[in-house]
Amino acid sequence: MGFAEFTKTAVRNLFSKPATKNYPKVKKEFFENARGHVIFDETDCIYCSLCARKCPADAIKVDRNAKTWSIVRAGCVQCSNCVDACPKKCLSMGPEYTPVMTEKGCETYARVPDNTEDN
Amino acid sequence: MSRRSIVPFGPQHPVLPEPIHLDLVLEDERVVEAIPSIGFVHRGLEKLVEKREYTEYVYVAERICGICSFQHGSGYCQAVEAIMNVEIPPRAEFLRTIWAELSRMHSHLLWLGLLADAFGFESLFMQCWRLRERVLDIFEMTTGGRVIFSVCKVGGVRRDISSDDMKRIITVLDTIVADLKDFERVFFDNNTVKSRLCGVGVLSKEKILELGAVGPVARGSGIKLDMRKLGYAAYDKIPQVEPIIETAGDCYARCLVRLRELYQSVEIIKAAASTMPEGEISVKVTGNPNGEFFSRVEQPRGEASYYVRGNGTKFLERFRVRTPTFANLGALLATLPGCDLADVPMLVLTIDPCISCTER
Amino acid sequence: MDNNNIVISKNDLLENANRLHDEKYRLVQICATRVGENVLLDYSFGRDYEFVNLKCEIGQNDEIMSISRVFPPAFLYENEMHDLYGIKILHMTTDYEGSFYRTAVKNPFFPLKEG
Repeated sequence: MGFAEFTKTAVRNLFSKPATKNYPKVKKEFFENARGHVIFDETDCIYCSLCARKCPADAIKVDRNAKTWSIVRAGCVQCSNCVDACPKKCLSMGPEYTPVMTEKGCETYARVPDNTEDN
Repeated sequence: MSRRSIVPFGPQHPVLPEPIHLDLVLEDERVVEAIPSIGFVHRGLEKLVEKREYTEYVYVAERICGICSFQHGSGYCQAVEAIMNVEIPPRAEFLRTIWAELSRMHSHLLWLGLLADAFGFESLFMQCWRLRERVLDIFEMTTGGRVIFSVCKVGGVRRDISSDDMKRIITVLDTIVADLKDFERVFFDNNTVKSRLCGVGVLSKEKILELGAVGPVARGSGIKLDMRKLGYAAYDKIPQVEPIIETAGDCYARCLVRLRELYQSVEIIKAAASTMPEGEISVKVTGNPNGEFFSRVEQPRGEASYYVRGNGTKFLERFRVRTPTFANLGALLATLPGCDLADVPMLVLTIDPCISCTER
Repeated sequence: MDNNNIVISKNDLLENANRLHDEKYRLVQICATRVGENVLLDYSFGRDYEFVNLKCEIGQNDEIMSISRVFPPAFLYENEMHDLYGIKILHMTTDYEGSFYRTAVKNPFFPLKEG
């Protein structure tokens, strides 16, 4: 039977730095390998829509004819299955989490018309 | 003359973030009967298996629950691998073991914190969750996700842990053990804490067997039942996997089991890290599952069984999870009659209910 | 890990359950699977690390006896099967009569045919 078992921890907490961060001023660094959000690089994309088919959350939509790639950020579960599936390696994961949003929109990346020939 | 009244407990209750509803029939302050009602968060994930390819479904299976997520993924993968006769590389087995044990640590620390919160010890709750945060950081460093890892796949794992990272993990685990040692006595030696836990919700060994309870609830009543002894993943190669048992069968015993399992998990991770072989982390899986299998794994909350039935197409016919909470609901209902209304939150908490798991 | 499957008929269910109960088995789980127009029921039992699985195929409209008098927690699984698959189970110790899960549609896992 005892009491005051917590004293040691409590006293230490009193004299040590807080475990939390002073958030808006000090931001937590993301781990290099963290899966935060999907990054789409359109240069090599062939719009095969394999990523859309492999997405377990159905967050990705690909329009082959219009050459658009879109993602519902709030629907994405960051499993990076699309990254593994992409045959052209134009998808990757960035460590930063999706920022707070006010509405669950759909982000669309349309192919920028350029001088090179369409494949 | 005592009067009967019915007090509703939940679906929203301070001790539980998840919805479960109990109708407590009281006689004065004493509970005489409890009728559970669940189904507030039933999402039909078992049905979704018919719409997702079996390789993709692992990411859905993981999301059944946020706390035992890794074991849901690995249990599902094990069942599919057993049907398809896929042998995963030894390194993948060890990595699965390490992540599973880390999940157990984070789950038990979470639970200890919740318990502290339930008996009104807020700073202890903060302290437990502070340690848990370090485990979550390990997850983020090694798997990329803080709570849901998405590292398990049919045929192995998707990420490797480098030997440098492994050393860092072990250093962090040592700091967790050191800090936990500082305040663990609050759980097992403090008067106030003991008066809330000792002798509350006693379940005898016979009763547990009759009710089919699993995990720390069963082990708290002296039953040596730990599915890790089945030797799935790399557990057959690690000698430290002995079920931790307490014999009292009350809330205090269940708390001690979880507290001691934390140290055991650290031991297992260290043993796994030192014996982990080099090599591949996954094998290529071709074809589709055809057949059925029950796989069982030990989650932080107890035994979970996964039933997978494939019909030779890439869509499975049936996936079924029996989660530990579902098995422990019977035990919970058996402890409630005869207890005080004030002890109900404590009793509900000591089976470590996970309602998302239960309803899928 | 081996699944000891034993195929039984629905009339032998209680007898088998009683036998397993006498042999000190505990109930691991009960699950239903839709197989064409029939339902396959799996009753799994465990003793220490042993595992036994009773398989029993019934029609959707068949009635089956509850084992909740032999294994008390079975009523949870049976109510679940009733709510998700619409299987009629007789003599459950606690019968929620379809209100165990709050599902938007009746028998979501095995919708009844029209008419």
